[in-house]
Amino acid sequence: MKKTCTVNIRPLTRVEGHGNIRIKIKNGKLQEAEWSVVETPRFFEAILRGKKWDNAPWITGRICGICSIGHTLASIRAVENAFGIVPDEQTRKLRLLLKHMETLQSHTLHLCFLVMPDFMNTGSVFPLIKSHGDVVLRAAKIKKLANDVCDCIGGRRLHPTRTVVGGFTMLPEKRQLHEFSERLKEITEDLMILSDLIREFTLPDFERETEFVSLKGENDYPFIGGDLVSSDGVHMKEQDYKKMTNEYIVKGSTSKWCRLSRGSFAVGALARLNNNFDFLNPAAREVAASFDLKPVNHNPFMNNIAQLVECVHVVKESVSLIDELLDSEFGEPRQEVRPRKGVGIAAVEVPRGILYHCYRFDDKGNITKCDCVIPTGQNHANIQHDLEALAEEYAAKGKDDRELELLAAMLVRAYDPCISCSVH
Amino acid sequence: MAESRTRTYLGVPMYRPRVAFFEFSSCEGCQLQILNNESTLLDFLSLVEVVNFREAMTEQSEDYEIAFVEGSITRDDEIKRLKRIRKNAKTLVAMGSCACFGGVNQLKNRFRNPAGVKREVYGAHPVDSGPVRAVEDVVGVDLRIYGCPVSKDEVEKMVLHIAIGKSIVVPKYPVCMECKRNENICLFEFGEPCLGPVTRAGCDSWCPSNRAGCWGCRGPAEDVNLRQMIRIMEEHGFSEETITDRLECFGGFLSLMKPERGKGG
Ligand code: SF4
Ligand code: SF4
Ligand code: SF4
Repeated sequence: MKKTCTVNIRPLTRVEGHGNIRIKIKNGKLQEAEWSVVETPRFFEAILRGKKWDNAPWITGRICGICSIGHTLASIRAVENAFGIVPDEQTRKLRLLLKHMETLQSHTLHLCFLVMPDFMNTGSVFPLIKSHGDVVLRAAKIKKLANDVCDCIGGRRLHPTRTVVGGFTMLPEKRQLHEFSERLKEITEDLMILSDLIREFTLPDFERETEFVSLKGENDYPFIGGDLVSSDGVHMKEQDYKKMTNEYIVKGSTSKWCRLSRGSFAVGALARLNNNFDFLNPAAREVAASFDLKPVNHNPFMNNIAQLVECVHVVKESVSLIDELLDSEFGEPRQEVRPRKGVGIAAVEVPRGILYHCYRFDDKGNITKCDCVIPTGQNHANIQHDLEALAEEYAAKGKDDRELELLAAMLVRAYDPCISCSVH
Repeated sequence: MAESRTRTYLGVPMYRPRVAFFEFSSCEGCQLQILNNESTLLDFLSLVEVVNFREAMTEQSEDYEIAFVEGSITRDDEIKRLKRIRKNAKTLVAMGSCACFGGVNQLKNRFRNPAGVKREVYGAHPVDSGPVRAVEDVVGVDLRIYGCPVSKDEVEKMVLHIAIGKSIVVPKYPVCMECKRNENICLFEFGEPCLGPVTRAGCDSWCPSNRAGCWGCRGPAEDVNLRQMIRIMEEHGFSEETITDRLECFGGFLSLMKPERGKGG
């Protein structure tokens, strides 16, 4: 049994962006455990100052390549809220469908391409193409469908072109929606087969009680706008997001950190599920039950499973959304935009958690102030606290360097961090 | 090993180059485009041997021939890393607008007071960040793949051409040519601004085909007349501000614009 070990991962791989992990254990006692974010900042909030409102979604979408649709939709909602634009039902449904497909593609990418190698003892998905070709192909099929829908509705799978303030520049053809509906029904089966495989993995048995923050569903599992809620009982309006995030600056990190009722909180699939379990589609709830996942679950590794559950949810919900769209007559794709002075705030659930955009406009519709609070930024403090607890626990058990290194990497990876996004 | 690196293409033995992907200040979207084309990803992976791809794999190697570099350069540690990559790679490819021109990131260079930019985001907290630079402002670049994001087809075509030793041709004509070929109604008719007449083609008029105006992410086409473009935009009633917003968005047109807003801030 080894009592002294050092883990030094720089940078962590199979995540978006640059972060390092350092752990030191001496004589079975934890000396230090640190999650540090070293990504270069790009200063999006400053970049937008002085720019006209139509730049906001186009530029802020570029904060993140993985959740560019989420950023674009949050940005659009913030501008619309400032200008008093209320999207019609058709726009709302198309945006939600687009959002669902981003969730599906992002979760599948994370689960099958980034996380799965850990459970199959490889460094990447590439060797799995030979050894587990069927799994990789199934995941690729799901991702392709999600991306194809995004291409069709958003105009492009990343950095969408059709999504604008007021609606869409163009609408999909009903024939295309019909085809997607058939393909969505087909991949439900693929998701079930993937679930069976994932059920064979043994997730680390680790728990640390924390607070979970997400949007609060009224009648549905929430994605775009609404009240904010925490598992510690905090309930706030979308406009009061600053009181929910309480950003602060940490030495040695280029991303800001957040806190609410305790030292840290978590956002993301597990937080959404913990706070809104009853609104999940029954099929998704069944998958959750098969993993013994029910609220409030405090094992951060279960975020992977929560993502799987959400995949099933968004696929089922998308089929219904498409049915409703096919049953309705399409109206105008977009409404007119009349800029005015004011502040607009939006909260949107993107794959990695709740995302906020806030802009202040002058009377010409030029941006005088911009603020974006990113899900991974909200998770950093929680990751840090988890890492300490995990290292402490395993130091006591006398695990070796290699094992602890793998576990620490898997822990951070379970949050699906989007680091360049958190720094922006 | 040698065997695994030789394939045949149309019956001709083909070399399987060792490729590496690296990212600097960016959204990582261009890298993601590589993983994003599910239908051809496996074919692509049979063309090359990927030895470095931090976003997707844990293994790392310094032994590679082609380096795809994404992102713009803002910090000294980035310059050091980039120079090392240049030393290792036979061919260095700047991938995407951030790498080619600084991308949206270079918009921060337009402020005359860099300290004010930092203060806006981090308050009094000290942050290490210099002016945004394109990759070619720091090291030599052999090939450029334009776009924000790059189109996966173009990346694959380039890699194929490198592998079979065919020369690489990037269109010199503007997006309008592709847009007309795609039989789109011109956006100027809808009262929308568009930089299609001056932007380098190759994206198959990605934005105008979705009824959204071009913002020039691929930079200028060859021999463009920017002044005439500005006049056309003005005639259609677009403000100077709208025209500047588009021209400066990705950094590709900076060298043709006012000299005091040149690269490197
Ligand atoms: S060029 Fe665009 S898509 Fe590519 S990394 Fe830069 S911002 Fe992202
Ligand atoms: S829409 Fe743009 S790219 Fe197309 S023809 Fe008109 S100006 Fe050219
Ligand atoms: S149309 Fe213009 S902005 Fe759009 S992808 Fe092509 S070059 Fe870039």
